Amino acid sequence: MNKNQSLFQSDMLLQACKQSFVKLNPKLMFRNPVMFTVEIGTFVMMLVSLWILTGESSQGSFGYNFTIFLILLLTLLFANFAEAIAEARGKAQADSLRKTREETPAKLADGKMISSSQLVKGDVFICEAGDIIPSDGEIISGLATIDESAITGESAPVIREAGGDKSSVTGGTKVLSDKIQVKVTTEPGESFLDKMIALVEGASRQKTPNEIALTILLAGFTLVFIIVTVTLKPFADYAQAPITIAAFISLFICLIPTTIGGLLSAIGIAGMDRALRANVITKSGKAVETAGDIDVLLLDKTGTITIGNRKATHFYPTKGIAEEQLIKAAVLSSMSDETPEGKSIIELAGVNPLAYPINAPVFIKFTAETRSSGIDFDQTRIRKGATDAIRNIVTQAGNVFPVDITDQVTKISQNGGTPLVVCENEIALGVIELQDVIKPGIQERFERLRKMGIKTVMVTGDNPLTAKYIAEKAGVDDFIAEAKPEDKMNYIKMEQANGRLVAMMGDGTNDAPALAQADVGVAMNSGTQAAKEAGNMVDLDNDPTKLIEVVEIGKQLLMTRGTLTTFSIANDVAKYFAIIPALFITAIPALQGLNIMQLDSPESAILSAVIFNALIIPFLIPLALKGVAYKPIGASALLRRNLLIFGVGGILVPFVGIKLIDLIVSLFI
Amino acid sequence: MNTEIIAIIVMFLGTIALAIPLGKYIAQVFAGNKTIFDPVFNPIERLFYKLTGIDPKVEMSWKQHMAAMLTINMIWFLLGMLVLMTQGVLPLNPDQNPSMTADLAFNTVISFVVNCNLQHYSGETGVSYLGQYWLMFLQFVSAGTGMAAAVTLFRAFRDKTAIDLGNFYEYFIKSCTRILLPLSFAVAIVLAFQGTPMTFEGKDTIVNLQGDTVQVSRGPAAAFVAIKHIGTNGGGFFGTNSAHPFENPTYLSNMVEMAAQMIVPFAMIFAFGYFIKRRKLSWMMFAVMTVGFLMLAIPNIKMEMEGNPALTSMGIDQSLGAMEGKEIRIGAATSGFWSIVTTVISTGSVNSMHDSSMPLSGMNELLAMMINSFYGGAGVGILNFFIFIILAVFISGLMVGRTPEFLGKKIEAREMKIAMIIALIHPFLILISAGLATAFPAQGASTLNNPGFHGFSEILYEYTSSSANNGSGFEGLGDNTPWWNISTGIVLILSRFLPIIGPVAIAGLLAKKKFIPEGEGTLQTDTATFGILVFTVIIIVAALSFFPALTLGPIAEYFSMR
Repeated sequence: MNKNQSLFQSDMLLQACKQSFVKLNPKLMFRNPVMFTVEIGTFVMMLVSLWILTGESSQGSFGYNFTIFLILLLTLLFANFAEAIAEARGKAQADSLRKTREETPAKLADGKMISSSQLVKGDVFICEAGDIIPSDGEIISGLATIDESAITGESAPVIREAGGDKSSVTGGTKVLSDKIQVKVTTEPGESFLDKMIALVEGASRQKTPNEIALTILLAGFTLVFIIVTVTLKPFADYAQAPITIAAFISLFICLIPTTIGGLLSAIGIAGMDRALRANVITKSGKAVETAGDIDVLLLDKTGTITIGNRKATHFYPTKGIAEEQLIKAAVLSSMSDETPEGKSIIELAGVNPLAYPINAPVFIKFTAETRSSGIDFDQTRIRKGATDAIRNIVTQAGNVFPVDITDQVTKISQNGGTPLVVCENEIALGVIELQDVIKPGIQERFERLRKMGIKTVMVTGDNPLTAKYIAEKAGVDDFIAEAKPEDKMNYIKMEQANGRLVAMMGDGTNDAPALAQADVGVAMNSGTQAAKEAGNMVDLDNDPTKLIEVVEIGKQLLMTRGTLTTFSIANDVAKYFAIIPALFITAIPALQGLNIMQLDSPESAILSAVIFNALIIPFLIPLALKGVAYKPIGASALLRRNLLIFGVGGILVPFVGIKLIDLIVSLFI
Repeated sequence: MNTEIIAIIVMFLGTIALAIPLGKYIAQVFAGNKTIFDPVFNPIERLFYKLTGIDPKVEMSWKQHMAAMLTINMIWFLLGMLVLMTQGVLPLNPDQNPSMTADLAFNTVISFVVNCNLQHYSGETGVSYLGQYWLMFLQFVSAGTGMAAAVTLFRAFRDKTAIDLGNFYEYFIKSCTRILLPLSFAVAIVLAFQGTPMTFEGKDTIVNLQGDTVQVSRGPAAAFVAIKHIGTNGGGFFGTNSAHPFENPTYLSNMVEMAAQMIVPFAMIFAFGYFIKRRKLSWMMFAVMTVGFLMLAIPNIKMEMEGNPALTSMGIDQSLGAMEGKEIRIGAATSGFWSIVTTVISTGSVNSMHDSSMPLSGMNELLAMMINSFYGGAGVGILNFFIFIILAVFISGLMVGRTPEFLGKKIEAREMKIAMIIALIHPFLILISAGLATAFPAQGASTLNNPGFHGFSEILYEYTSSSANNGSGFEGLGDNTPWWNISTGIVLILSRFLPIIGPVAIAGLLAKKKFIPEGEGTLQTDTATFGILVFTVIIIVAALSFFPALTLGPIAEYFSMR
């Protein structure tokens, strides 16, 4: 696998190099105003070089001018390369996902076999054990175990069935057992993956609002420096210090923010690519950015904060009942209980239910009316269930419901547990305590979110008492107890009315409105089609804690832009001190005092500045692609840190860089 | 320590101490709270409202505010043209000064309407007393306009979400009656006692020590000089401005005039904090401005006190400092300090000739105006600074990974566009017009008194002063020509109204947006870290735009002198 990756890398480099030249097309370049002006400058330098070849002597040597032309061309290529390599990486990631859905045969409902590419929205196909599912769709009948490892990397098979929230299947995954009928939900070329690939490839890539604002800032700086260089011409003429075209162009190119201008689109693509690497498909670049701004995070309790389901943790027999008797009754009543809770009771008891000799058992299933389940055998009737339900059974039979059980039930509820009362022949035996198990490490993640300034909200169907206990234990800031789907919606609307941005994760059809309402809605890949359409991201791993990563990716994206902008502008200070003395020193020797870097000659100073300007772009490509690391240390501390590294660093680095380049360049002049 | 320097420090700290309660008072005036002057001003203002038919209770959006602002300014301009072009035949003209030519009247009226007071005439011979009175009226209303616009911005951040931002006329009239008028009154009285004339009689005749008979101009100067500083206008009653013994007779009057030009800009910053109940924010702003101010002022005091090295090498005594172009009663240290006060604060009154400042002092004076937001003019200083806050908020927001927000409002593309345009206008106007003046030497360079780098500084200074609405002159420039009158006039209009409309527009747009409560991830804007960032943005924007031009002017002159 690793070997494949590196092979891929060199392949990618080659592709990116090719693209760097293709992207020189002014039509494509025009999208990026900063680099477009560099292109104009490069073109002018080419003309100047040609002009010198025809015998012009006022502009310095051909070699010098042509070198500047080459360096400017290189600057353009480096910037293009940054964008191309980001695209190539994103595409590679997407392609590896797409490979899973290459041509697969699809069996239509009428038995006809066609190719997956011929499937259109609304078609119904059939998949049996061993088949690769040819397209995204929704199960309309049947149930199957499916291996989704091709998409999620998770080897454990999952169950998907018609109706409900687990009806969605993804193309490229494999049916392991049973048979399902699936209705195609997307047109060919319109699946989320296709959309994502298009986003990365640039064809449909739109600038995000933040990117637009930053482009305005950069265009503004470019405009200032156009004015600065243009007006320098009459100023210099007045001072009788003629300036060559090469010096003008070099000054201009060095001053405009080419570093960030060249890396801007690469940063944006890399952001989406990072999301994709986290197995999150984003429907727009904007969604990733918005994720960085999230104030409130809605998380489902089950699966996110707690591990799957509750587990039995204690047996509490009532006064006068032996613990063994309670355990026996509990185990027998749970024999046919397939729910995880039921299984956990047997697990806790540590006895094999078959060890108890019983005759002709009749299992009583849990229903919403009785709110209890149990077993009948011989003359014995065992029931376990919600406190009220068992109390009814006990008192209706004329027996007393023991006070110590009521006390125990309250105690368990207060501790965030769920009590199950057991009775045998209408006599209460005791209580089983079920507890939620909080995921290890989840507290630290919430702490991290709190430091980022994000409020976490737990959504649960539990009663408020239980919810409060778990909320406190897990360290979430707020909770919605006994939540109905509309409660989520209302909570989101309320937070939004207060100006906050809300993110949530969901999978069911009844989550769809809330997913659509939330500023960032992440739908699980296993969720229904409706949920996936409503959200603006799809998580292929179905991992509810993924939101935290998405938020960090969003923040990284903005930070990378901000820090590189700062760096780029801070660089100008040193470049000024390199170029300005070089421009005037011949005519005004007194200005030698400004040449604080002691650069060798005007030509070497200008060359060193443009070379530095070009080289800094490839040096920063890795940072642009990886993103600046986000540290949750509070906004002011983060600002101080980044100002120190990229602001102060941005002022100092070019002084050193330009001086070093000058030492080398001066050897050749 | 040198007594001169101690006096400067005492005056500076004293002004800050006065500005804080004044800021509180200003905030109360505009919040509509009860103040001690209510019994005096309520009836006066009611009379104004009645006469003009203005209902001060009508709420206005930011666009209506700006429309009102432009309308009244237009009327003042037209009336001013009328007065100055006919003053020769109008009353109150004992010295029989002639009417102005159209281009000079255009330049003069514009520059007084926009609070610049670039004077291409000399008060003694150029205007009648009626003309002086009209100009004095403009000194009040132009300062009032700036303050009213600033209050519109204050209002935009006071409430969580707002479309209506109060009534422009109310802000404007209150600025004039309740703030500028009492302050000017106090200053005028001090000046009158120090010897500044306040009379309607024409020239007087004296016989000087040499036995020559000399005509001496006088007039209602004390009132004029007071509002010239309180309103950060800077236009002198006499040609040589506050270097003239009648405009600035004593060391004490000099100190009072310095304090008078600083007090309103200082107080407006504190008023902002009181008004929106974020006093720490106004301290951050004040600290940034003060650091910038001191970084310009301290070197100037030092350089002016050290004297001219070229003269020292000729064996001329420089123990009093560089005294060329300075008044002996004022001294080198105070003149150096004043030169930065007046350029930082868009006043533009001078008590020494900036043309004679040391090269790098001259550069600092230029830089003060190029930056134009360390304190700045009455009201408008805060508007200019606001633009840099927006830019700094944007960059810092990105640096901490959050869509930028200021006082709970998100800064998006539209606001950035306006902020960037406003930030660009200043370098654009200065560099382009100076470029034109140097490219056409028949118009620009031929009017210069000095060749070479210093001559270039004179051109650069004239346009910088215009664009910063400052009004001081490097002088040494024959500036009463149609070229200078019209070109600086156009620069003045653009550089006044766009930088008022821009920040108010941003504030108006932000006011409409949803308020985002502060969370842990919100970047605090009232911290030292953010202050440093704003400072850096200001320095980098100014330094980056003007460094090449400054190199060919004062910097080249400095290195050539060594």
